Formats: sequence, structure tokens, C-alpha cells
Amino acid sequence: MTLLLVLPLAVIFTQALSKGWGAVQDALAEPDAGSAIGLTLMVAAVTVPLNAVCGTAAAWCIGRFRFPGRTLLTTLIELPFSVSPVISGLVWVLLFGANGWFGPWLDRHGVRVVFAFPGLVLATVFVTFPFVARSLIPLMQEQGASEEEAAITLGAGGWQTFRRVTLPNIRWALLYGVLLCNARAMGEFGAVSVVSGHIRGQTLTMPLYVEALFNDYEWVGAFTVAALLSMLALVTLALRLLLERRVGAGRRMHA
Amino acid sequence: MPHSALTRRGAIGALLGTLAVTPAVAATTLLNVSYDPTRELYRDINRAFIAAWKAKTGDVVTINQSHGGSGAQARAVLDGLQADVVTLALAADIDALAQRGLLAADWQSRLPDNAAPFTSTIVFLVRKGNPKQIHDWPDLLKPGVQVITPNPKTSGGARWNVLGALAWARRQPGATDASAEDYLRALFHQVPVLDTGARGATTSFAQRGLGDVLLAWENEAFLARKEFGDADFEIVLPSVSILAEPPVAVVDSVVDKRDTRTVAEAYLHFLYTPEGQEIGARNFYRPRDPAVAARYAETFPQLTLATIQDFGGWAKAQPAYFADGGLFDRIFMPGK
Repeated sequence: MTLLLVLPLAVIFTQALSKGWGAVQDALAEPDAGSAIGLTLMVAAVTVPLNAVCGTAAAWCIGRFRFPGRTLLTTLIELPFSVSPVISGLVWVLLFGANGWFGPWLDRHGVRVVFAFPGLVLATVFVTFPFVARSLIPLMQEQGASEEEAAITLGAGGWQTFRRVTLPNIRWALLYGVLLCNARAMGEFGAVSVVSGHIRGQTLTMPLYVEALFNDYEWVGAFTVAALLSMLALVTLALRLLLERRVGAGRRMHA
Repeated sequence: MPHSALTRRGAIGALLGTLAVTPAVAATTLLNVSYDPTRELYRDINRAFIAAWKAKTGDVVTINQSHGGSGAQARAVLDGLQADVVTLALAADIDALAQRGLLAADWQSRLPDNAAPFTSTIVFLVRKGNPKQIHDWPDLLKPGVQVITPNPKTSGGARWNVLGALAWARRQPGATDASAEDYLRALFHQVPVLDTGARGATTSFAQRGLGDVLLAWENEAFLARKEFGDADFEIVLPSVSILAEPPVAVVDSVVDKRDTRTVAEAYLHFLYTPEGQEIGARNFYRPRDPAVAARYAETFPQLTLATIQDFGGWAKAQPAYFADGGLFDRIFMPGK
């Protein structure tokens, strides 16, 4: 089992280095590589804060309140997990593509959504939405609203309560969700592949760029960028272990 | 990796920056939406054209490329991918754009040679020593022979593959439409996997070692030998194949909106110049220019070639063979 997990990683790094460090440096010096890395970072930079805010809000609603449609909302949050990523991409083409519902209107106003940056962000936001909310909901349900109520009773305002009471209680779980959200945002392939248009140096994120290089017979380049993504995964893994301990400790303390 | 406020602000700034400068440089960029195996061709063509355009006009033009299965690429352009020029695997895919009004219906007569500056054909790529003794179309049906081809629904090359097979089957003594259809059904029985584009099929065959024979564009077969080593693969020329004419066109609706018609047209005309033809031939596309063709006569042997006209043109062939409910849907059952 360990072999099954370690072997692919080993292959990626040995293939990347098969022609030495020079080839790796050349591959990373390609303008298209720089643009793929920059684009991936930018997509994540928009997606992750957005999903952190929306995910926290959704988790707060579900964790703290009882209201009609609460179960439905919980299910909706999970929806992106149960839908194939290809569909998650295709819906945006069907909505905002030239023949989509809003396509002609957008076109008249000169706004490009699909096959451009906004489309990549939309697809990524959709796919990564559940991560933050899911990691917060169980915790917030468990904690209950008593501390917040106490704060309000003592005269704290809404924002103050959130900043001084709610946020400190959820911060590790929130970070954990943000971490997973970010990892997926940078690694997503299927959904962004559909909305990308595959324009080199413009709409290729790192995973798409790996595919393009592989198909160009540029093995070293493909595996070099793949190695970068793998390193991201390893860093995520390490941080995740760390955070899991924190979250676990936080919960025990609370109980 | 959590982002610090600083990098986040930097990224957003960069994003706004891109949005702000896009219109200013828009006039001097072209997007060429192309099919799968032309990656290397257009890398060379673009470099040469950019230099030629700079020399002629003093302007700097940037050419962006997008590659994928021809049918899938046409679909993306229909869905709004802003292609100034399309350079696809077959006329039917550009016809589909013309039907939706993206370019004029007479697009194919606006450039010489049916708007196809190069031609190619379909050949067989086999492993070293031709272990399964594959020499012509009937050999593909031998028991145990696995045939690799991409999916005709998404790949233009695969559609030429099907037409090449049909061209041979229809020339056999006593051939009927039914016998040709039977041959095709038997042929696709030997196909273990359908990639979406020609390049995916090539890597399946050459890199991942799937199958015994790859039905490939001639240029793709040559390139595979160059990339993976002449020693590992051999090219087999079947007795009959098809004259593949991958056409090019300016997308009227896009160039008029983006004001790029002049440079887009110059770009396509460049493909017909001796320099463009030479670059094509070097990348294993059969040149139209007789002088260039003469220089590469040894590379490109003469073959018996059917043409798309033998099938009534793409306007007839596309619906009859490849549209939903067409011949291909009748003969190919996934997983059987």
C-alpha cells in the first residue's frame, strides 16, 4: 500500500531529474511555465478567500440555527463532491458560453467568462466550495451558540462577537478547510479543462500545462511541473497532519 | 499554503493589471485554434511569421496556440473561444462554424487548394520488425491485432482513418456499402481504447505501449519516429489511403470584432509561401508548392489516394458517417 503511494511520487521526481538540474531549470524558465504557475496562484488567490468567507457563513448558518431548508442547504454544499468535475466545468460553458443562457448578453457587453480567467475561477470555486464548510459544520454544531450568546448578553456587537469568540473557536478547523480548498484549487483538472480553451500562456493552469507538455513529448517539462504540484501536495500533507492535531486537541479541550 | 495578505494583494493587483492592459495589446495578438498534431508545425510557423510580419510592417504580433481534438476544438470555438484563425483537421469542423454564422459560407474558396495549404494521408505505424505482419487494411482484422485510433466523434484524424478504411473496403471486388460497413465494424472490434485526439492516441501507442498498430496521420507517424526513435517503429503504407486536406480559415466574426483581419489573413497566406511550405514539409506535412514538393519527393512516396469527393464531400460524409445515428454509431458499441 505504501509502495502504491510512494512509487508514483518517486517516478515523478526521477523523471523530472532524468536529464539533470539544467533541464529542470530550463523547463521552469519557459514563459509558458511561468504563466501557468502565475495563473494557478491567481486562481487560488481569488478562490480560496472567497470560499473561506462563504464557507464560514454557510457553516455558521447550518451549525448555529434551525431553519426550514437546513438539510437541503447541507446537501447543496456537498453537491460539488458528488458531481463529476467535467460536469462542474460544463455547466459554466452552458451558462456563459456563446450559445449559453447569458452568453449572447455577455458577448454584447464584451465580457469574457468561459475560456478566460473568470471561467477558471468559477469552475474552481464550484469544485472547491465544500471544503471549508464541511470542516467547520461538525465543529460549530458541537460547540453550540452558548459562548456567542454570552458575548452578546455582555454587550458585544455582532462583528466583535465573531472576531473575539467565533473565529478563535474555529480557527484551526478553518485553516484546515482553507488548506484542503487551496490544494484542490491548484490541482483541479477536469472542471478547468472544460472551461479553459487550452490557450498556451493564457488559460493553462499547472495541471493543464502538464497535460499539454506531455502531449508535446516534453517529458522533462511535464514531470518538472508535475513535481512542483507534488511538492504542493506534500506540503499540504505536512500542514494537514499538524492541523489535525490542533483541531483534535481543540475539540478535546472543548469537550 | 495560506496566502499572506501581501501576496494576495499582489495577485489581485496583477489581475487588475492584466484586465487593464488587455485591450491595448489585443490588436496585435492572434489566437490560432488548431487540432492535435500541429503543435510542432505551428511553433515553427509562428516563429517565422512573427519575424516576416515584423520585417514587413514593423509591427510585433503575438500568436497564441490552442490544441486539441479537431471536433472538440470546433465545439469550443462555437461556445465562444475567441479564435482569430482556425486550422482544423477537416472541412466539416469549419463548416459547422460557418453554419452558425461565425464565418462566411464560402470560406473554403477564399484560399487556394480548398483552403488546405498542406495535405497528409493516413498510414500505419507498427512496432519494430512489424511482428504482426501488418501490410494492408485486411491485416488489421487478424486475430489478436489491436488497433489504436482516436475517437472519430472528437478527432479529425480519426475521421480520416475511417474514410481511409472505407476507401479500401469500397475498392474490393464485389464491394457494397454493406460490405464496407462490415469491414469497419470488424476493424473497430480490434480497437481497445479511443483517445479524444490524435496526439493522445500516439502517446497511447508509442509511450504507453498499447496496441500493435496505430492508424495515424502521416505527419504524426513521422514525428513519432523522430521523437521515440526510428529504431522502435516502422511506417507501413497501405495499398489505398485517403487524401487528407486539413483546412484553415479566418473566423470573420472574431477578426471583425477584434480588428485583426489584416494580420490574420496575412498569417494564413504565409502558409502558402515557399517559406511556409518548406516549414510544413520539414514537419512532415505534404506541401502543395510543386518546387518544395519536388525537394521532399523522397520523404513523401506516391500512394493511391481516395479523396473526400469520392464520399460526396464533407457536407455528405459528415452526417452520413459521423453525426449522431450515422455509420459510426451503428458499427461501434463501446465495451464490446
